[in-house]
Amino acid sequence: MKKFVTSALAATLVAGSVLATPVMAAGTQNIPLLVYRTGPYAANGIAIFAGMIDYFKLVNNRDGGINGVKIKYTECETGYKTDRGVECYDRTKDEYGSIYSPVSTGITYAIIDKATHDKIPVFSMGYGRTSAADGRVFPYIFNFPSTYWSQATAIIRYIAKDLGGMDKLKGKNFAFIYLDHPYGKEPIPFLDIMAKKFGFTYDKYPVPTTSMTEQKSIWLQIRRTKPDYAIMWGWGAMNPTAIKEAASIHFPMDHFIGNWWSGSEVDVKAAGMLAKGYKSAAMHGTGKNYPVYTDLKKYVYDTKQADNLASAGDVLYNRGLVNSAYVVEAIRTAMKKFGNKPMTGEQIRWGMENLDVTAARIKELGMTGLTPPVKVSCANHEGNNPGIFVQQWDGTKWHMIGDFIPAMSDIVRPIVEQEAAKYAKEKGITPRSCS
Amino acid sequence: MDMLYNILIAPFLEIAKSPSFFAEVVIGGLMSGVMYSLVALGFVLIFKASGVFNFAQGVMVLFAALNFSGLLDAGLSIWLAFPLTVLIMVLLAWCIERLVLSKLVNQQDIILFMATIGIGYFLQGFGEFLWTGNVRKLDVGIPQDAWFFGDIMIQQSDVFAAVVAGILVIVLALFFQYTRIGRALRAVADDHQAAMTVGIPLRSIWLIVWSVAGFVALVAGIMWGSRVGVQFSLSVIALKALPVLILGGFTSVPGAIIGGLIIGVGEKVAEIYWGPLFGGAIEEWFAYILAMLFLFFRPQGLFGERIIERV
Repeated sequence: MKKFVTSALAATLVAGSVLATPVMAAGTQNIPLLVYRTGPYAANGIAIFAGMIDYFKLVNNRDGGINGVKIKYTECETGYKTDRGVECYDRTKDEYGSIYSPVSTGITYAIIDKATHDKIPVFSMGYGRTSAADGRVFPYIFNFPSTYWSQATAIIRYIAKDLGGMDKLKGKNFAFIYLDHPYGKEPIPFLDIMAKKFGFTYDKYPVPTTSMTEQKSIWLQIRRTKPDYAIMWGWGAMNPTAIKEAASIHFPMDHFIGNWWSGSEVDVKAAGMLAKGYKSAAMHGTGKNYPVYTDLKKYVYDTKQADNLASAGDVLYNRGLVNSAYVVEAIRTAMKKFGNKPMTGEQIRWGMENLDVTAARIKELGMTGLTPPVKVSCANHEGNNPGIFVQQWDGTKWHMIGDFIPAMSDIVRPIVEQEAAKYAKEKGITPRSCS
Repeated sequence: MDMLYNILIAPFLEIAKSPSFFAEVVIGGLMSGVMYSLVALGFVLIFKASGVFNFAQGVMVLFAALNFSGLLDAGLSIWLAFPLTVLIMVLLAWCIERLVLSKLVNQQDIILFMATIGIGYFLQGFGEFLWTGNVRKLDVGIPQDAWFFGDIMIQQSDVFAAVVAGILVIVLALFFQYTRIGRALRAVADDHQAAMTVGIPLRSIWLIVWSVAGFVALVAGIMWGSRVGVQFSLSVIALKALPVLILGGFTSVPGAIIGGLIIGVGEKVAEIYWGPLFGGAIEEWFAYILAMLFLFFRPQGLFGERIIERV
């Protein structure tokens, strides 16, 4: 009996001490990463996933996780192939299915239905299906801080600014060079609308995914048609090839503008000085001149845990950092409502829809200048601040030029809602109420 | 009716309207064809000597370029990095012969083909393991500017590649035609066992031919890597060599060159004058259509050996 009482007392004391531990929560926040470190898009994937992973490590090492819940991630190699992406989704969703960031429009499209059914949010940050910005029809898909259509309108607005006003677009001709893939085709419907509205014309030049390194015929045509501006929606080896070809036909590089997936170091390194003057849209800052890098150095790089130190400070690495920061902030937001424990997909979705990353919060994260504030809502999954920065390559590094260019949301949003309604009708979805 | 006009008449009118642009398209096509031929050559060499379609050839181009650019980045001069990379490719050939091919003598061609798929996957991973997956700039002094002759523009890098490919083909053709090793290579290609019975050392021949293919891969890797940087997408360029091989024949070195030139010109002319009718990007499949048309008349390819099977 004495032995029993002693044991019971000891157990109570141990239990009490565990309960008294202030922040350490049970379990881990499992997050899947559909990476591509092999194949033709490896150079892009390596940088962006290194950024994502290093931020998770920073949160774990510096803060002990998100409110005490450590992040545990798993990688599944997709090679940027949609079928393998879907397979990776199926393989990881049971144990790790909390939130997906596939960094592939093809994979995003392919898992929209599955993820919605499984109640797992997909965060396609600046890519994926544009109409998913209507959260009433796509409750689990998020594409803030800006969609492809918003980006396209902001690029056109930037060109107009360069020309001296929106009215100067009339009669102008652009070349649109794009990857012949769902990603590359995404802005075409909207470019058609804008061409009609503003009176410009544009020629389409698709680049097959298997011929990314051979674009001679495209650039011969561009040399002949002499467009006023060239706009590129490229990815992988398509970008450096296009930039080199443009330089070799003496196309004015400051009239060649890529989207934000055509504006990383990977794209311009091969051309080097030949690419001087080339511009691209950007959704965040470049380089390492942000306080968060001091912490990364202390808690990740100096402890030899960097995923790929060579990429640190690169455009795509910073995109990975920002992607993970948004994910962590969404989980933190969800924890405020549901408690400090590992969040489910459904709970993270709530966190995403109530995400409000203010300028003050960005400062706390050490990311002032790296990423602009964003506020997401139930109806608007694109966020309240769509638009672009413009960066220019000086031959050795990227520089931000000019101010933030807001998207033409007054044009984009009605069409987003129209397309989302069409999708809802096709799929028999009843849009939820967000009021 | 409009469709027929757009296909049969309009493109020719356009050509007649701007002959200088047409000349530029043809020259551009020829230059692209040379680049395809450089990759196709590696396939031909191995097929000639072993009857095996080397699926790993594209990855060998990547692997050679990765080693070369990696050594340059490590601070070596071009004159040291180039022979060292050749040595690495010879070593690779030796490993392939020792670890893979020697175990598969007299096996069916499909078995050897499957083995090359495995070699390709291994090399891709091993290359990344050695040199990481980062894009590397490759600058070996190939001129990047263009010459202008009136309205016609010619890329200096393309002319450089054409000269290199020309020299390479002449050397290889002479090697195969007039040297003892070259004759031995052809004998091995005809029949492994028969070649062995007359005293031709099969393993040495395979080592030599894979080494030469490795050398060709290095040259192709430098040319392509200088254009787009050394990155993993280089392995995809092997796909551009397939229609060249179908057209030129799998066993002919000159066939790889002529096939490359025909495909290069054909696809560029088709893309520019007929492409817009089909929404663009037709050169991807047009190359195969062109190769198939040739096959109707010469099933063995333009320069391939005629296969005569007696019952």
